[in-house]
Amino acid sequence: MDLGERLLNGDRRACARLITMLENNDNEAIDILRDLYKYSGNAYVIGVTGAPGSGKSTLTDKIVKEFRKKGKKIGILAIDPTSPFTGGAILGDRIRMNDLTLDKNVFIRSMGTRGALGGMSRATWGAVKVLDIFGMDYIFIETVGVGQSEIDIVKIADTVLMVMVPNLGDDIQAIKAGIMEIADVFAINKSDLEGADRTKLEIEMNLDLSEDKEYRPPVVKVSARQNKGIDDLIDKLMEHRRYLEDTGKIIERRKKNIKLEIMKLIEEELMSLIMDKAFRENLIEDLANDVIAKETDPYTAKERLIDLIKE
Amino acid sequence: MDRPIRVLVAKPGLDGHDRGAKVIARALRDAGMEVIYTGLRQTPEQIVQAAIQEDVDVVAMSILSGAHNHLFPKVVNLLREEGVDDVLIIGGGVIPDEDIPKLKEAGIEEIFTPGTSTKEVVEFIKNNLKR
Repeated sequence: MDLGERLLNGDRRACARLITMLENNDNEAIDILRDLYKYSGNAYVIGVTGAPGSGKSTLTDKIVKEFRKKGKKIGILAIDPTSPFTGGAILGDRIRMNDLTLDKNVFIRSMGTRGALGGMSRATWGAVKVLDIFGMDYIFIETVGVGQSEIDIVKIADTVLMVMVPNLGDDIQAIKAGIMEIADVFAINKSDLEGADRTKLEIEMNLDLSEDKEYRPPVVKVSARQNKGIDDLIDKLMEHRRYLEDTGKIIERRKKNIKLEIMKLIEEELMSLIMDKAFRENLIEDLANDVIAKETDPYTAKERLIDLIKE
Repeated sequence: MDRPIRVLVAKPGLDGHDRGAKVIARALRDAGMEVIYTGLRQTPEQIVQAAIQEDVDVVAMSILSGAHNHLFPKVVNLLREEGVDDVLIIGGGVIPDEDIPKLKEAGIEEIFTPGTSTKEVVEFIKNNLKR
């Protein structure tokens, strides 16, 4: 039986191996996804993002436990940063989800970013498809701990859950562009700490200024560790899902993201073509030397590489 | 194909000391490996399921409690029951010399005791991968 069939039959090792192959740019995995793509589209994707240490993993663990009580099958992709210097990584999100490890209806996979900068890894898009085809009802993607501008999660998730904590900056942070704009639901975690009400207020005031009168992201105070507010948070996540489905915006959103994905695939392919040329015969080295010697400039050097692709 | 080696670093059993495991995890990271760290007090069943889901090349376990003769072989057997035969399994911790041959026979390919340099562990992994 090939890997694709094994995946459809619910073989966990096949699921794991396919994700590995995608991470390693193995074209065989792409071919399998091409064949099985028609079986995807049943899973609902929830992105969980927020600052390092804000409690994304612990909160995901608590939410998933509630979903399991309703019998939902869950995939979790937990992303942690890869070292840009050594290529190594410590993937430590499972520590917070150990109780879920033995549940046959939960599949957790840790992934290193491997050079991607948007808070996810390049293979995340494919891994979501694998878990979807595998038969998961919900897929949670936990991004790396983000700062202000890693917003790739919005390009893949149906619902984005932004995990905030009290006292990380003042109300100016709340009106800044970037990460604050992508949330569909805000969770203020660790809300037993002082300052949670103020943080909630600052986010609410920022939302008051929003142009979108149709949907307003709710702000929910939770404490993942004390298991408080989780039901309320899940209600809000489901309300967002219903909103998207009732208004038909889910199709719009997914279509927009598919366009972005196609563009990203093209970008990756073109980039690898260029890199291939640039590094073969040390062309990039020679060009850099020419630029240093002022015999040419970076703009002309670029044109020379691009011309090679066009040939 | 140039791909990072994936290693599950796990602490089976009940002892609560993971300094050594963390030092190893960090050293493997610096050697360019992807280290999945599962934390303390893992059952053999949890280690095996995590190894499967993470599709690791290596399972590295650390025990300081003395339960190695029971827990290490259990992990090997459970992996075999699941049909996993392409994973390198190694162990470390406070393990008496006389126990080592038996553990190796049970399928733990190498045992690293206190005083081992992290470089040795890295080299052993790189030279003994099964896929």
